[in-house]
Amino acid sequence: MNILVFVKRVPDTESKIRIAADGKGIVEEGLNFIISPYDEYAVEEALRLREAKGGKVTVVSVGREEALLILRKCLAMGADEAILIKDPAPESFDGLRTAAIIASFVRKRFPDFDLLLFGKQSFGADNAQVPAMVAEFLGVPQVNVVVKLTIEGREGVAHREIEGAQEKVVFTLPAVISAQKGLNEPRYETLKGIMAAKRKEIPIISIEELGIEEQLLAPGIEILKLETPPAKQAGRMIQLPPEEAAREIVRFLREEAKIL
Amino acid sequence: MILVFVEKREGKIKKASLEALAEASRCAEELNSEAAALVVASTLEDEASLRAQGARKIYWLKGENLEAYSPEIYTHVLADFSNEIKPEALFLAATALGRDLAPRLAARLRVSLVSDCTKIFVQDRSLIFVRPVYAGKAWLTLKLKSQPALATLRPNIFPLKEAKGELSAGEAEIIEKRAGDGYSGPASKVVEIIREEGAELDVTEAEVVISGGRGMKASENFNLLRELSAIIPRSAVGASRAAVDSGWIGHQHQVGQTGKTACPNLYLAFGISGSIQHLAGMSGSKVIVAVNKDPEAPIFKVADLGVVGDLFEIIPPLKEELKKALAD
Repeated sequence: MNILVFVKRVPDTESKIRIAADGKGIVEEGLNFIISPYDEYAVEEALRLREAKGGKVTVVSVGREEALLILRKCLAMGADEAILIKDPAPESFDGLRTAAIIASFVRKRFPDFDLLLFGKQSFGADNAQVPAMVAEFLGVPQVNVVVKLTIEGREGVAHREIEGAQEKVVFTLPAVISAQKGLNEPRYETLKGIMAAKRKEIPIISIEELGIEEQLLAPGIEILKLETPPAKQAGRMIQLPPEEAAREIVRFLREEAKIL
Repeated sequence: MILVFVEKREGKIKKASLEALAEASRCAEELNSEAAALVVASTLEDEASLRAQGARKIYWLKGENLEAYSPEIYTHVLADFSNEIKPEALFLAATALGRDLAPRLAARLRVSLVSDCTKIFVQDRSLIFVRPVYAGKAWLTLKLKSQPALATLRPNIFPLKEAKGELSAGEAEIIEKRAGDGYSGPASKVVEIIREEGAELDVTEAEVVISGGRGMKASENFNLLRELSAIIPRSAVGASRAAVDSGWIGHQHQVGQTGKTACPNLYLAFGISGSIQHLAGMSGSKVIVAVNKDPEAPIFKVADLGVVGDLFEIIPPLKEELKKALAD
């Protein structure tokens, strides 16, 4: 199987987010950056599919050169190749632009792909847009928020999470799948893997090389303002015997919060 | 016109779709425009609820290929329809289906999409959207440059219009249309829906979320929360990452940064310390009540009512008090 996995470099999920002076982005200084958590499930699933069925796993990131670090991590996990599509643009929160870049890249470099894997959403933009947009641009089926995946020949079965249930979805390859927590347990890099990854060359290609339509590259979103939400005020604290505490909770919900 | 895609599950209109319609109607009024509902279904029931939420037109699409949801076929049908009637905006509820369909539709229409917005207003005759980013640690205010302005609206945020008797619901023209017949493109197909016992509502759509963390101590103790959920209408059981990673409950219940964002009317947190990731996923709740042994737990910083105590001692009498209160 010819599998591509798309990964994004994002601020560590434990970070405190500070807003930049222009009010349109975040302060990157002092932040620790990681591979977006859901992307790790996508990488792991790709490696498992390759181990079961043979083929090749290529990991791709769109972003600045700093993203080479997360690509090396994926190589250390066991990916065969990594490619960086260099994009100097700051976070645009616009999935369409990223999807157009990825779709052009796949058409040009990997027209015979079997499977494109993504995390269900990236941390930060929190859009959950790119996988479905890429699927549409390439004219292939999609299954998003997947917690179970099996592939036999050209047929796939995926379990996708919906409200209070899972949908069992059938599809044919080539296809786009986005991974949800629960799909697998991502492996750690081995020392051997880390050493091998250090020696591997990661090709860098530019957006210009991909010949994307101007219209799709122009941002479709105008950022007016980025701000931190107002801090929630702490309320009242109580410490009472259990029965009294229970009564006080219900009284609070009824009389003060007016919920019950 | 602001068009709202109305989602039906098992023949019932999703509440989140009605909320989106109500918001569309409010925005349309300010734009001197009108709100319209787009229903894809074999039968059209409950159209009164669409009128009550402000739909002035109801487009009803049906066809043999539209019986079950497929993102590819629905995109095809919705894009054709949007190109035909050219709405200035198109809203969907940010449900599992809406989050799956909207981006594919955006790519087909070649427009940008704003996902999961929590506030919409009109300024200089343009729609302005606000949405949480970085798991709610920041708010982004933005404008879309293309038309239709495509957006998904987070459930449980936008208020429904209050019913003021039958007269308040305006007239709505129903326009019926066949669509999707003869579709032959790629299509994924839902062949089965596997339900989780006793989890009809998701934490993203429940009005009350009853959540447990490390303090729950064991898998079977989540039954205490399930029992509370059985008493409280429109509630769902949630969990912190610590509880999910301990294997006590499925990850579909996880609230927080690598889980779901919940913004219910009431969030009840039991034995949850309140890591920054968890707070990001629930601090948008309207009222928060937390029970924790540790008076220093960070969850108390966001709780409207913080109860210092042992959850195992407090839940049994709380269950009885709630039963009494809800029976009144």
